[in-house]
Amino acid sequence: MTEQAHIKLQKGSIEKTTTTLNLGPTHPATHGVFQNILELDGERIVSATQTVGYIHRAFEKIAERRPLYQITPLTDRLNYCSSPLNNMGWHITCEKLLGIQTPKRVDYLRVIIMELSRISDHLICNSIVGVDTGAYTGFLYVMQYRELIYEIYEEICGSRLTTNMGRIGGFERNFNDVAFQKLEKFLKEYPAVLKEFINLFERNRIFMERTQGTGGIDADRALNYGFTGPNLRAAGIDYDVRVHTPYSSYQDFQFNIPTGTTGDNYDRWQVRNAEMWESLNIIEQAYRKVQEFKGTDADVFHANVSEYYLPEKKDVYTKMESLIWHFKIVMGEINMPVGEVYQSVEGANGELGFYLISDGGRTPYRLHFRRPCFIYYQAYDELVRGSMLSDAIVTLSSLNLIAGEMDA
Amino acid sequence: MALSNELIKQKLIAKFEEQVSCFSDSYDMLTFEAPKEMNLKVLSFLFDDETLKFRFLTALCAVHYPESSGGELAVVYHLHSLSENVRIRFKVFTDIKKPDVYSATGLFSTANWMERETYDFYGVNFIGHPNLIRILNVEEMDYFPMRKEFPLEDQSRIDKDDEMFGR
Repeated sequence: MTEQAHIKLQKGSIEKTTTTLNLGPTHPATHGVFQNILELDGERIVSATQTVGYIHRAFEKIAERRPLYQITPLTDRLNYCSSPLNNMGWHITCEKLLGIQTPKRVDYLRVIIMELSRISDHLICNSIVGVDTGAYTGFLYVMQYRELIYEIYEEICGSRLTTNMGRIGGFERNFNDVAFQKLEKFLKEYPAVLKEFINLFERNRIFMERTQGTGGIDADRALNYGFTGPNLRAAGIDYDVRVHTPYSSYQDFQFNIPTGTTGDNYDRWQVRNAEMWESLNIIEQAYRKVQEFKGTDADVFHANVSEYYLPEKKDVYTKMESLIWHFKIVMGEINMPVGEVYQSVEGANGELGFYLISDGGRTPYRLHFRRPCFIYYQAYDELVRGSMLSDAIVTLSSLNLIAGEMDA
Repeated sequence: MALSNELIKQKLIAKFEEQVSCFSDSYDMLTFEAPKEMNLKVLSFLFDDETLKFRFLTALCAVHYPESSGGELAVVYHLHSLSENVRIRFKVFTDIKKPDVYSATGLFSTANWMERETYDFYGVNFIGHPNLIRILNVEEMDYFPMRKEFPLEDQSRIDKDDEMFGR
């Protein structure tokens, strides 16, 4: 420092006392394509400037030229850690606009899928928090159960990551026996695994020191910043879309809303774990309800709305009526009713909303996605200001930022 | 639920009289409009009123209606009263030649990026915004891509000779 004091700066020039660090866009710690320009004073963060938009794909614009069923694959690519949740949210939005009442069995099957994808999403987030604090084992250990969830998706819709699952009115086919067997296997084996995963971290001194008291936010600020989902609940507010505005028959289920108190990284991690237990509980209830359907009721997997439900392919080839409806839907002879609808679902990261305006045509006039990630990432500067660089990394992963959802 | 759409409507009319208009219930959500100069007054009334408490800004976006001259751009606020669990939708319309709307960042910190996104795609100029720059698109972009004058390619066009994809 003494040597630096002798450097003569030109008159009027400003001496920079902080270090600028570009965290991202392709830094391994960001877990996604976005940039943080951190101003560091030593190891303390003075300010953080976020840059997003690296994988912006103009989904809202593209959706203005797509019939409803072609928008489902776009929603896959929002939060790609839990695509079925986005798919179901989109279908529920369309059904609200079109006035379609889905059968109870469809609702319960949807609940199973939505909760499975919530588990897979939380699993990734929480185990990544572990990786960023130096514990790789948990991450690899739980990966095989995410794999099992993906295998269940595969049995239902044929794909794993970007699922394009379901159709307006229900599912493309009934769940097969293998899907249910795998679900049973998951329900049987997963609780022990989750318990062991939690034991690895929960009272681990290093993990607690790294996460407690870092990246915290109080309830008022969190609300003002539009936080939703586990991040808001960690701050102590029990807002959950599944309870406040139930969709897909969530009112038929008994479950708790776990909350934290300080809104820091540790609480976020705890809330996500507790939510996984609740999700398991909901899946068990839903599976029991699904099993109660006997005979022809057990074959119901979509609502009876031929105007909007794309018929099964084998029916298209063998039945006249299905062929006609398939042709009408694909060639765009079916118009939507005029209206504006806002529907939200409890996504893995928070309230995932769809604001759909229809002018009576075949495609939406305007479609806006309320992406929870995009909304709460703006609080990052406030969350990490004054903390250490290594805490900023943990905060980044415990917020569960998914670049696909952020940039739409 | 004590707070009904009718009650919210009456409270708004009692406060702002004929300045709030076009009330409708679209799919159970109360929707209404106000002149764009009034947007902050309406938002802060909804925020502060002890029975309403619309203190959560769920979503903010714009819509472009090229046909309605003088009010081509609509800015749509989705508000949520968490204590009463009621949602409402509030719209202001602005001329596309002078798309100035007051920023809601003073009330809601979350409006910061939402307004930047709206500016980015529709060019709504939010007065009083601390940092109104593009967010998802590149800084050099000199147009607002979500406006309707930029249509996506017609899927059925036949004038394009593309050997690879044969459209």
